[in-house]
Amino acid sequence: MRHIEIPALLIALLVTGCAAPRATGDLGLVVERAAGRVLLVETTGRSRLATIPGLGDLSHASIVYSRDERYGYVFGRDGGLTKVDLLRGRIDRRVVQSGNSIGGAISQDGRLIAVSNYTPGGVKVFDAGTLTLVADIPAISASGERSKVVGLADAPGNRFVFSLFDTGEIWVADLSVPSEPKVTKYTDIGKQPYDALMTADGRYYLAGLFGEDGLALLDLWHPEAGVRRILADYGRGEQKLPVYKMPHLEGWAMAGRYAFIPAVGRHEVLVVDSETWQEVSRIPVHGQPIFVMGRPDGRQVWVNFAFPDNDTLQVIDVTRLAVVQELKPGKAVLHMEFTPRGEAIWVSARDDDRLVVYATDSFEELATLTADKPSGIFFTSRAHRIGL
Amino acid sequence: MMGTHRIGSAVLLAMALAPMPIAAEVDAARQAELLHLLRHDCGSCHGMTLAGGLGPPLLPEALAGKPPEMLTATVLYGRPQHAMPPWRGILNEAEAKWLVHRIVEGVSDAPH
Repeated sequence: MRHIEIPALLIALLVTGCAAPRATGDLGLVVERAAGRVLLVETTGRSRLATIPGLGDLSHASIVYSRDERYGYVFGRDGGLTKVDLLRGRIDRRVVQSGNSIGGAISQDGRLIAVSNYTPGGVKVFDAGTLTLVADIPAISASGERSKVVGLADAPGNRFVFSLFDTGEIWVADLSVPSEPKVTKYTDIGKQPYDALMTADGRYYLAGLFGEDGLALLDLWHPEAGVRRILADYGRGEQKLPVYKMPHLEGWAMAGRYAFIPAVGRHEVLVVDSETWQEVSRIPVHGQPIFVMGRPDGRQVWVNFAFPDNDTLQVIDVTRLAVVQELKPGKAVLHMEFTPRGEAIWVSARDDDRLVVYATDSFEELATLTADKPSGIFFTSRAHRIGL
Repeated sequence: MMGTHRIGSAVLLAMALAPMPIAAEVDAARQAELLHLLRHDCGSCHGMTLAGGLGPPLLPEALAGKPPEMLTATVLYGRPQHAMPPWRGILNEAEAKWLVHRIVEGVSDAPH
Protein backbone atom coordinates (compact mmCIF):
# COMPACT_ATOMS: atom_id res chain seq x y z
CA MET A 1 0.00 0.00 0.00
CA ARG A 2 1.36 3.44 -0.95
CA HIS A 3 0.69 6.51 1.07
CA ILE A 4 1.57 10.11 0.46
CA GLU A 5 3.54 11.26 3.45
CA ILE A 6 4.91 14.50 4.70
CA PRO A 7 8.62 13.75 4.69
CA ALA A 8 10.32 13.37 8.03
CA LEU A 9 12.58 16.19 6.97
CA LEU A 10 9.64 18.55 6.94
CA ILE A 11 8.79 17.58 10.45
CA ALA A 12 12.42 18.12 11.37
CA LEU A 13 12.27 21.55 9.79
CA LEU A 14 9.19 22.34 11.77
CA VAL A 15 11.04 21.39 14.89
CA THR A 16 14.42 22.85 14.27
CA GLY A 17 14.27 25.60 11.80
CA CYS A 18 12.45 28.04 9.71
CA ALA A 19 8.89 27.21 10.59
CA ALA A 20 7.36 27.66 14.00
CA PRO A 21 8.26 24.89 16.46
CA ARG A 22 5.73 22.11 16.68
CA ALA A 23 4.10 20.98 19.91
CA THR A 24 2.75 17.48 20.48
CA GLY A 25 -0.50 17.92 22.41
CA ASP A 26 -2.68 17.11 19.41
CA LEU A 27 -0.58 14.23 18.13
CA GLY A 28 -1.06 10.51 18.39
CA LEU A 29 0.19 7.18 17.14
CA VAL A 30 -1.86 4.50 15.42
CA VAL A 31 -0.63 0.91 15.39
CA GLU A 32 -0.45 -0.70 11.95
CA ARG A 33 -0.35 -4.15 13.41
CA ALA A 34 0.49 -6.38 10.47
CA ALA A 35 3.15 -4.11 8.97
CA GLY A 36 5.00 -3.45 12.23
CA ARG A 37 4.62 0.27 11.82
CA VAL A 38 3.07 3.16 13.68
CA LEU A 39 1.32 6.02 11.98
CA LEU A 40 1.85 9.53 13.36
CA VAL A 41 -1.37 11.56 13.19
CA GLU A 42 -2.60 14.94 14.36
CA THR A 43 -6.13 15.55 15.55
CA THR A 44 -6.52 19.28 14.80
CA GLY A 45 -6.48 18.98 11.00
CA ARG A 46 -7.17 15.24 11.20
CA SER A 47 -4.26 14.20 9.04
CA ARG A 48 -1.43 11.72 8.75
CA LEU A 49 2.03 13.11 9.32
CA ALA A 50 4.38 10.15 8.96
CA THR A 51 4.72 6.40 9.15
CA ILE A 52 7.43 4.94 11.33
CA PRO A 53 8.49 1.38 10.42
CA GLY A 54 10.62 -1.23 12.10
CA LEU A 55 8.72 -1.93 15.31
CA GLY A 56 8.40 -5.72 14.96
CA ASP A 57 5.26 -7.73 15.73
CA LEU A 58 2.63 -5.22 16.76
CA SER A 59 -0.33 -7.53 17.21
CA HIS A 60 -1.89 -6.39 20.45
CA ALA A 61 0.49 -3.44 20.76
CA SER A 62 -0.14 -0.58 23.16
CA ILE A 63 1.52 2.77 23.80
CA VAL A 64 2.20 5.13 26.71
CA TYR A 65 3.70 8.63 26.52
CA SER A 66 6.47 10.54 28.23
CA ARG A 67 5.30 13.36 30.45
CA ASP A 68 6.51 15.96 27.94
CA GLU A 69 4.37 14.19 25.31
CA ARG A 70 7.31 13.98 22.94
CA TYR A 71 7.99 10.25 23.09
CA GLY A 72 5.70 7.29 22.68
CA TYR A 73 6.72 3.95 24.18
CA VAL A 74 5.35 1.16 22.02
CA PHE A 75 4.94 -2.29 23.57
CA GLY A 76 4.99 -5.00 20.89
CA ARG A 77 3.84 -8.59 21.11
CA ASP A 78 7.34 -9.90 20.33
CA GLY A 79 8.83 -8.30 23.43
CA GLY A 80 9.94 -5.20 21.58
CA LEU A 81 9.94 -1.91 23.49
CA THR A 82 10.34 0.99 21.08
CA LYS A 83 10.70 4.64 22.00
CA VAL A 84 9.31 6.77 19.19
CA ASP A 85 10.17 10.45 18.82
CA LEU A 86 6.98 12.19 17.67
CA LEU A 87 8.70 15.44 16.76
CA ARG A 88 11.24 13.79 14.50
CA GLY A 89 8.86 11.11 13.30
CA ARG A 90 11.31 8.28 13.90
CA ILE A 91 12.48 5.64 16.33
CA ASP A 92 14.64 7.06 19.10
CA ARG A 93 15.70 3.71 20.50
CA ARG A 94 14.48 0.16 20.75
CA VAL A 95 15.14 -2.98 22.79
CA VAL A 96 13.72 -6.49 22.54
CA GLN A 97 13.27 -7.30 26.19
CA SER A 98 11.39 -10.61 26.24
CA GLY A 99 9.97 -13.29 23.98
CA ASN A 100 6.34 -12.36 24.26
CA SER A 101 4.84 -9.32 25.94
CA ILE A 102 1.45 -7.75 26.45
CA GLY A 103 1.71 -4.12 27.46
CA GLY A 104 3.26 -1.62 29.76
CA ALA A 105 3.01 1.51 31.82
CA ILE A 106 5.01 4.62 32.72
CA SER A 107 5.71 5.60 36.30
CA GLN A 108 4.20 8.60 38.04
CA ASP A 109 7.46 10.52 37.82
CA GLY A 110 7.93 9.58 34.16
CA ARG A 111 11.35 8.02 34.76
CA LEU A 112 10.47 4.34 34.51
CA ILE A 113 8.82 2.16 31.88
CA ALA A 114 7.42 -1.17 33.06
CA VAL A 115 6.61 -3.98 30.61
CA SER A 116 4.44 -7.00 31.39
CA ASN A 117 5.57 -10.23 29.80
CA TYR A 118 4.01 -13.56 28.96
CA THR A 119 7.29 -15.32 28.17
CA PRO A 120 9.10 -15.40 30.45
CA GLY A 121 6.31 -14.31 32.76
CA GLY A 122 7.09 -11.21 34.76
CA VAL A 123 7.63 -7.47 34.69
CA LYS A 124 10.76 -5.70 33.55
CA VAL A 125 11.39 -2.07 34.38
CA PHE A 126 13.46 0.23 32.17
CA ASP A 127 14.91 3.70 32.40
CA ALA A 128 12.56 5.87 30.31
CA GLY A 129 15.44 7.88 28.88
CA THR A 130 17.87 5.15 27.86
CA LEU A 131 15.73 1.97 27.92
CA THR A 132 18.36 0.27 30.06
CA LEU A 133 17.06 -2.40 32.41
CA VAL A 134 16.54 -1.13 35.94
CA ALA A 135 14.67 -4.00 37.62
CA ASP A 136 13.44 -7.48 36.77
CA ILE A 137 10.47 -8.95 38.64
CA PRO A 138 9.85 -12.58 37.63
CA ALA A 139 6.24 -13.64 38.22
CA ILE A 140 6.82 -16.81 40.20
CA SER A 141 4.25 -17.95 42.72
CA ALA A 142 5.06 -19.31 46.18
CA SER A 143 4.73 -22.82 44.76
CA GLY A 144 7.31 -22.05 42.08
CA GLU A 145 4.94 -21.72 39.12
CA ARG A 146 5.76 -19.02 36.60
CA SER A 147 2.83 -16.97 35.33
CA LYS A 148 1.97 -14.73 32.45
CA VAL A 149 1.48 -11.14 33.59
CA VAL A 150 -1.55 -9.09 32.54
CA GLY A 151 -3.25 -5.84 33.55
CA LEU A 152 -0.15 -3.78 34.31
CA ALA A 153 -1.01 -0.25 35.46
CA ASP A 154 0.86 2.60 37.11
CA ALA A 155 -0.22 3.86 40.50
CA PRO A 156 0.74 6.90 42.57
CA GLY A 157 3.90 6.50 44.61
CA ASN A 158 5.90 5.22 41.64
CA ARG A 159 4.18 1.88 41.96
CA PHE A 160 3.10 -0.61 39.32
CA VAL A 161 0.22 -3.01 39.88
CA PHE A 162 -0.26 -6.16 37.83
CA SER A 163 -2.01 -9.53 37.80
CA LEU A 164 -0.73 -13.07 37.35
CA PHE A 165 -2.99 -14.92 34.91
CA ASP A 166 -1.91 -18.49 35.65
CA THR A 167 -1.60 -18.32 39.42
CA GLY A 168 -4.39 -15.86 40.31
CA GLU A 169 -2.42 -13.15 42.10
CA ILE A 170 -2.19 -9.36 42.20
CA TRP A 171 1.22 -7.84 42.88
CA VAL A 172 2.04 -4.24 43.80
CA ALA A 173 5.63 -3.25 43.04
CA ASP A 174 6.91 -0.09 44.74
CA LEU A 175 9.77 1.40 42.75
CA SER A 176 10.52 4.37 44.98
CA VAL A 177 14.05 2.98 44.83
CA PRO A 178 14.02 1.79 41.22
CA SER A 179 16.73 -0.83 41.51
CA GLU A 180 15.16 -2.34 44.63
CA PRO A 181 11.48 -2.98 43.96
CA LYS A 182 9.41 -3.79 47.02
CA VAL A 183 6.71 -6.23 45.99
CA THR A 184 3.50 -6.83 47.94
CA LYS A 185 1.72 -10.00 46.80
CA TYR A 186 -1.98 -10.76 47.09
CA THR A 187 -2.68 -14.43 46.42
CA ASP A 188 -5.87 -16.36 45.74
CA ILE A 189 -7.55 -13.34 44.18
CA GLY A 190 -9.60 -15.41 41.71
CA LYS A 191 -9.15 -17.64 38.69
CA GLN A 192 -7.45 -16.35 35.55
CA PRO A 193 -7.36 -12.57 35.85
CA TYR A 194 -7.24 -11.56 32.16
CA ASP A 195 -6.92 -7.78 32.31
CA ALA A 196 -7.30 -5.01 34.83
CA LEU A 197 -7.95 -1.33 35.19
CA MET A 198 -6.97 1.48 37.51
CA THR A 199 -9.45 4.19 38.36
CA ALA A 200 -8.40 7.63 37.18
CA ASP A 201 -7.67 8.72 40.75
CA GLY A 202 -5.22 5.86 41.15
CA ARG A 203 -7.16 4.42 44.07
CA TYR A 204 -8.85 1.23 42.86
CA TYR A 205 -7.32 -1.60 40.87
CA LEU A 206 -9.89 -3.95 39.40
CA ALA A 207 -8.96 -7.24 37.75
CA GLY A 208 -11.46 -9.03 35.51
CA LEU A 209 -11.61 -12.79 36.05
CA PHE A 210 -12.01 -15.17 33.16
CA GLY A 211 -12.08 -18.39 35.14
CA GLU A 212 -14.95 -17.37 37.40
CA ASP A 213 -17.61 -14.72 37.74
CA GLY A 214 -16.89 -11.37 39.29
CA LEU A 215 -13.89 -9.06 39.59
CA ALA A 216 -11.07 -8.71 42.09
CA LEU A 217 -10.81 -5.27 43.74
CA LEU A 218 -7.80 -3.77 45.50
CA ASP A 219 -8.17 -0.42 47.28
CA LEU A 220 -4.70 1.14 47.15
CA TRP A 221 -5.68 3.63 49.82
CA HIS A 222 -6.24 0.65 52.09
CA PRO A 223 -3.87 -2.03 50.86
CA GLU A 224 -3.95 -3.68 54.29
CA ALA A 225 -7.59 -4.61 53.67
CA GLY A 226 -6.47 -6.93 50.88
CA VAL A 227 -8.23 -7.93 47.68
CA ARG A 228 -11.96 -8.52 47.74
CA ARG A 229 -14.32 -9.99 45.20
CA ILE A 230 -17.10 -7.90 43.70
CA LEU A 231 -20.03 -8.87 41.48
CA ALA A 232 -19.38 -12.50 42.38
CA ASP A 233 -23.02 -13.40 41.88
CA TYR A 234 -23.21 -11.83 38.46
CA GLY A 235 -24.42 -14.39 35.95
CA ARG A 236 -24.37 -17.28 38.35
CA GLY A 237 -25.90 -20.38 36.85
CA GLU A 238 -26.17 -18.80 33.40
CA GLN A 239 -24.42 -20.30 30.42
CA LYS A 240 -21.84 -17.97 28.97
CA LEU A 241 -21.51 -17.48 25.22
CA PRO A 242 -18.27 -18.53 23.57
CA VAL A 243 -15.66 -15.79 24.06
CA TYR A 244 -13.76 -15.17 20.83
CA LYS A 245 -11.83 -12.25 22.19
CA MET A 246 -11.03 -11.22 25.74
CA PRO A 247 -12.51 -7.86 26.74
CA HIS A 248 -10.19 -5.01 27.61
CA LEU A 249 -10.61 -3.22 30.88
CA GLU A 250 -8.05 -0.49 30.28
CA GLY A 251 -9.84 2.54 28.97
CA TRP A 252 -12.98 1.58 30.84
CA ALA A 253 -15.59 4.17 31.51
CA MET A 254 -16.38 6.00 34.70
CA ALA A 255 -19.23 8.44 34.69
CA GLY A 256 -19.99 10.11 37.98
CA ARG A 257 -20.12 7.28 40.49
CA TYR A 258 -20.98 4.68 37.88
CA ALA A 259 -18.42 2.38 36.34
CA PHE A 260 -19.16 0.70 33.01
CA ILE A 261 -17.54 -2.69 32.56
CA PRO A 262 -17.68 -5.21 29.68
CA ALA A 263 -19.41 -8.45 30.67
CA VAL A 264 -17.47 -11.58 29.74
CA GLY A 265 -19.34 -13.94 27.45
CA ARG A 266 -22.51 -11.86 27.44
CA HIS A 267 -24.06 -9.19 25.25
CA GLU A 268 -24.13 -6.76 28.13
CA VAL A 269 -22.33 -3.80 29.68
CA LEU A 270 -22.38 -3.90 33.46
CA VAL A 271 -22.99 -0.73 35.42
CA VAL A 272 -21.49 -0.72 38.88
CA ASP A 273 -21.77 1.85 41.67
CA SER A 274 -18.17 2.69 42.59
CA GLU A 275 -19.12 3.69 46.13
CA THR A 276 -20.65 0.35 47.02
CA TRP A 277 -19.28 -1.81 44.16
CA GLN A 278 -22.75 -3.24 43.71
CA GLU A 279 -24.37 -3.85 40.34
CA VAL A 280 -26.71 -1.03 39.29
CA SER A 281 -27.78 -2.16 35.85
CA ARG A 282 -27.00 -4.37 32.87
CA ILE A 283 -27.32 -2.65 29.52
CA PRO A 284 -28.11 -4.98 26.60
CA VAL A 285 -25.76 -4.32 23.68
CA HIS A 286 -25.07 -5.57 20.15
CA GLY A 287 -22.49 -8.23 20.97
CA GLN A 288 -19.82 -9.13 23.49
CA PRO A 289 -18.19 -5.83 24.46
CA ILE A 290 -14.42 -5.43 24.11
CA PHE A 291 -13.67 -1.77 24.88
CA VAL A 292 -16.13 0.23 26.98
CA MET A 293 -14.74 3.74 26.90
CA GLY A 294 -16.06 6.90 28.51
CA ARG A 295 -16.01 10.24 26.73
CA PRO A 296 -13.76 12.54 28.77
CA ASP A 297 -16.76 14.42 30.16
CA GLY A 298 -18.37 11.15 31.23
CA ARG A 299 -21.64 11.77 29.41
CA GLN A 300 -21.29 9.01 26.82
CA VAL A 301 -19.84 5.52 26.81
CA TRP A 302 -18.70 4.03 23.50
CA VAL A 303 -18.57 0.27 23.04
CA ASN A 304 -17.03 -1.99 20.40
CA PHE A 305 -17.52 -5.73 20.10
CA ALA A 306 -15.84 -9.08 19.69
CA PHE A 307 -15.79 -11.18 16.55
CA PRO A 308 -18.16 -11.81 14.79
CA ASP A 309 -20.04 -8.63 15.78
CA ASN A 310 -17.03 -6.38 15.29
CA ASP A 311 -18.39 -4.15 12.53
CA THR A 312 -20.45 -2.12 14.98
CA LEU A 313 -20.08 0.62 17.57
CA GLN A 314 -22.74 1.55 20.08
CA VAL A 315 -23.05 4.65 22.21
CA ILE A 316 -24.58 4.57 25.68
CA ASP A 317 -26.09 7.72 27.17
CA VAL A 318 -25.13 7.55 30.84
CA THR A 319 -28.11 9.57 32.02
CA ARG A 320 -30.46 7.00 30.48
CA LEU A 321 -28.23 3.92 30.88
CA ALA A 322 -29.31 2.92 27.39
CA VAL A 323 -27.88 2.64 23.89
CA VAL A 324 -28.78 5.78 21.92
CA GLN A 325 -26.72 5.38 18.75
CA GLU A 326 -25.30 2.65 16.56
CA LEU A 327 -22.60 3.14 13.95
CA LYS A 328 -21.00 0.88 11.33
CA PRO A 329 -17.49 2.26 10.78
CA GLY A 330 -16.22 -0.75 8.84
CA LYS A 331 -15.01 -4.31 9.19
CA ALA A 332 -13.21 -5.35 12.37
CA VAL A 333 -13.48 -2.27 14.57
CA LEU A 334 -10.62 -2.85 16.99
CA HIS A 335 -10.20 0.32 18.99
CA MET A 336 -11.33 3.88 19.52
CA GLU A 337 -9.77 6.94 21.12
CA PHE A 338 -11.31 10.25 22.12
CA THR A 339 -9.60 13.54 21.37
CA PRO A 340 -8.37 15.11 24.61
CA ARG A 341 -11.65 16.84 25.44
CA GLY A 342 -13.86 14.38 23.62
CA GLU A 343 -15.49 16.40 20.82
CA ALA A 344 -14.37 13.70 18.40
CA ILE A 345 -13.54 10.02 18.47
CA TRP A 346 -11.13 8.14 16.20
CA VAL A 347 -12.02 4.57 15.31
CA SER A 348 -9.87 1.88 13.67
CA ALA A 349 -11.45 -0.49 11.14
CA ARG A 350 -8.76 -3.12 10.61
CA ASP A 351 -10.16 -5.05 7.69
CA ASP A 352 -11.13 -1.92 5.76
CA ASP A 353 -7.66 -0.42 6.27
CA ARG A 354 -8.95 2.87 7.54
CA LEU A 355 -9.58 5.21 10.43
CA VAL A 356 -12.91 6.96 10.81
CA VAL A 357 -13.36 10.12 12.85
CA TYR A 358 -16.79 10.96 14.27
CA ALA A 359 -18.19 13.98 16.05
CA THR A 360 -19.43 12.69 19.38
CA ASP A 361 -22.42 15.05 19.62
CA SER A 362 -23.92 14.73 16.11
CA PHE A 363 -22.29 11.34 15.27
CA GLU A 364 -21.39 12.90 11.93
CA GLU A 365 -18.44 11.34 10.10
CA LEU A 366 -15.77 14.05 10.09
CA ALA A 367 -12.92 12.34 8.28
CA THR A 368 -11.62 9.06 6.93
CA LEU A 369 -7.90 8.29 6.81
CA THR A 370 -6.17 5.31 5.28
CA ALA A 371 -4.15 3.08 7.56
CA ASP A 372 -2.73 -0.40 7.03
CA LYS A 373 -4.58 -2.89 9.27
CA PRO A 374 -4.94 -0.34 12.08
CA SER A 375 -5.49 -1.51 15.63
CA GLY A 376 -4.75 0.66 18.68
CA ILE A 377 -5.07 4.45 18.55
CA PHE A 378 -3.22 6.38 21.26
CA PHE A 379 -3.21 10.14 21.68
CA THR A 380 -0.58 12.01 23.66
CA SER A 381 -3.15 13.27 26.18
CA ARG A 382 -2.71 9.85 27.81
CA ALA A 383 0.60 11.15 29.14
CA HIS A 384 -1.10 12.88 32.03
CA ARG A 385 -3.59 10.25 33.04
CA ILE A 386 -3.04 7.85 35.91
CA GLY A 387 -3.38 4.13 35.38
CA LEU A 388 -3.08 3.76 31.60
CA MET B 1 1.52 -25.37 29.53
CA MET B 2 -2.16 -25.95 29.99
CA GLY B 3 -3.53 -29.27 31.19
CA THR B 4 -4.60 -32.24 29.13
CA HIS B 5 -7.29 -31.98 26.51
CA ARG B 6 -10.67 -33.06 27.74
CA ILE B 7 -13.13 -33.96 25.07
CA GLY B 8 -16.50 -35.33 26.05
CA SER B 9 -17.21 -38.88 24.93
CA ALA B 10 -20.39 -37.65 23.26
CA VAL B 11 -18.30 -35.36 21.12
CA LEU B 12 -15.94 -38.17 20.17
CA LEU B 13 -18.89 -40.37 19.35
CA ALA B 14 -20.45 -37.68 17.19
CA MET B 15 -17.16 -37.28 15.37
CA ALA B 16 -16.89 -41.02 14.81
CA LEU B 17 -20.39 -41.21 13.43
CA ALA B 18 -20.07 -38.19 11.16
CA PRO B 19 -17.06 -38.66 8.91
CA MET B 20 -15.17 -35.46 8.21
CA PRO B 21 -15.63 -34.07 4.71
CA ILE B 22 -12.42 -33.79 2.78
CA ALA B 23 -10.47 -30.55 2.76
CA ALA B 24 -11.10 -30.07 -0.96
CA GLU B 25 -14.59 -28.91 -0.01
CA VAL B 26 -13.12 -25.62 1.22
CA ASP B 27 -12.91 -23.40 -1.83
CA ALA B 28 -10.10 -20.95 -2.50
CA ALA B 29 -12.04 -17.85 -1.46
CA ARG B 30 -13.01 -19.41 1.84
CA GLN B 31 -9.44 -20.61 2.37
CA ALA B 32 -8.28 -16.99 2.16
CA GLU B 33 -10.94 -15.99 4.69
CA LEU B 34 -9.87 -18.76 7.02
CA LEU B 35 -6.21 -17.70 6.90
CA HIS B 36 -7.28 -14.14 7.66
CA LEU B 37 -9.37 -15.40 10.58
CA LEU B 38 -6.45 -17.49 11.77
CA ARG B 39 -4.02 -14.62 11.81
CA HIS B 40 -6.28 -11.94 13.18
CA ASP B 41 -8.97 -13.62 15.26
CA CYS B 42 -7.27 -16.80 16.48
CA GLY B 43 -4.28 -14.46 16.68
CA SER B 44 -5.96 -12.27 19.27
CA CYS B 45 -5.08 -14.96 21.82
CA HIS B 46 -2.44 -17.09 20.06
CA GLY B 47 -0.53 -14.16 18.54
CA MET B 48 -0.66 -12.89 14.98
CA THR B 49 2.37 -15.05 14.14
CA LEU B 50 0.87 -17.92 16.17
CA ALA B 51 3.86 -17.78 18.51
CA GLY B 52 1.50 -17.65 21.48
CA GLY B 53 -0.05 -15.05 23.74
CA LEU B 54 -2.63 -15.61 26.42
CA GLY B 55 -3.25 -18.84 24.50
CA PRO B 56 -0.48 -21.36 23.74
CA PRO B 57 1.65 -21.23 20.58
CA LEU B 58 0.22 -22.89 17.47
CA LEU B 59 3.49 -23.32 15.62
CA PRO B 60 4.22 -26.75 14.06
CA GLU B 61 6.84 -27.66 16.68
CA ALA B 62 4.40 -26.84 19.49
CA LEU B 63 1.74 -29.09 18.00
CA ALA B 64 4.01 -31.95 16.95
CA GLY B 65 2.63 -35.32 17.98
CA LYS B 66 -0.90 -34.10 18.69
CA PRO B 67 -3.46 -36.04 16.64
CA PRO B 68 -5.15 -33.81 14.01
CA GLU B 69 -8.55 -35.23 15.02
CA MET B 70 -8.03 -33.96 18.57
CA LEU B 71 -6.93 -30.53 17.33
CA THR B 72 -9.93 -30.33 15.02
CA ALA B 73 -12.24 -31.22 17.91
CA THR B 74 -10.55 -28.55 20.06
CA VAL B 75 -11.22 -25.95 17.36
CA LEU B 76 -14.84 -26.97 16.95
CA TYR B 77 -15.77 -27.64 20.56
CA GLY B 78 -13.33 -25.51 22.56
CA ARG B 79 -11.77 -26.51 25.85
CA PRO B 80 -14.00 -26.45 28.91
CA GLN B 81 -12.38 -24.63 31.87
CA HIS B 82 -9.98 -22.96 29.47
CA ALA B 83 -10.28 -19.78 27.42
CA MET B 84 -10.51 -21.65 24.10
CA PRO B 85 -14.03 -21.11 22.72
CA PRO B 86 -15.91 -23.50 20.44
CA TRP B 87 -15.78 -22.31 16.81
CA ARG B 88 -18.56 -24.50 15.50
CA GLY B 89 -21.23 -22.27 14.05
CA ILE B 90 -18.46 -20.13 12.57
CA LEU B 91 -16.43 -22.99 11.12
CA ASN B 92 -17.81 -26.25 9.80
CA GLU B 93 -15.93 -29.50 10.20
CA ALA B 94 -14.30 -29.36 6.78
CA GLU B 95 -13.07 -25.84 7.48
CA ALA B 96 -11.74 -26.72 10.93
CA LYS B 97 -9.99 -29.76 9.51
CA TRP B 98 -8.46 -27.70 6.71
CA LEU B 99 -7.27 -25.04 9.18
CA VAL B 100 -5.72 -27.63 11.48
CA HIS B 101 -3.94 -29.18 8.52
CA ARG B 102 -2.51 -25.78 7.59
CA ILE B 103 -1.51 -24.96 11.15
CA VAL B 104 0.23 -28.29 11.71
CA GLU B 105 2.26 -27.98 8.54
CA GLY B 106 3.04 -24.32 9.19
CA VAL B 107 1.30 -21.29 7.73
CA SER B 108 3.70 -19.82 5.24
CA ASP B 109 2.08 -16.39 5.01
CA ALA B 110 2.30 -15.55 8.70
CA PRO B 111 4.35 -12.37 9.11
CA HIS B 112 7.64 -12.71 10.99
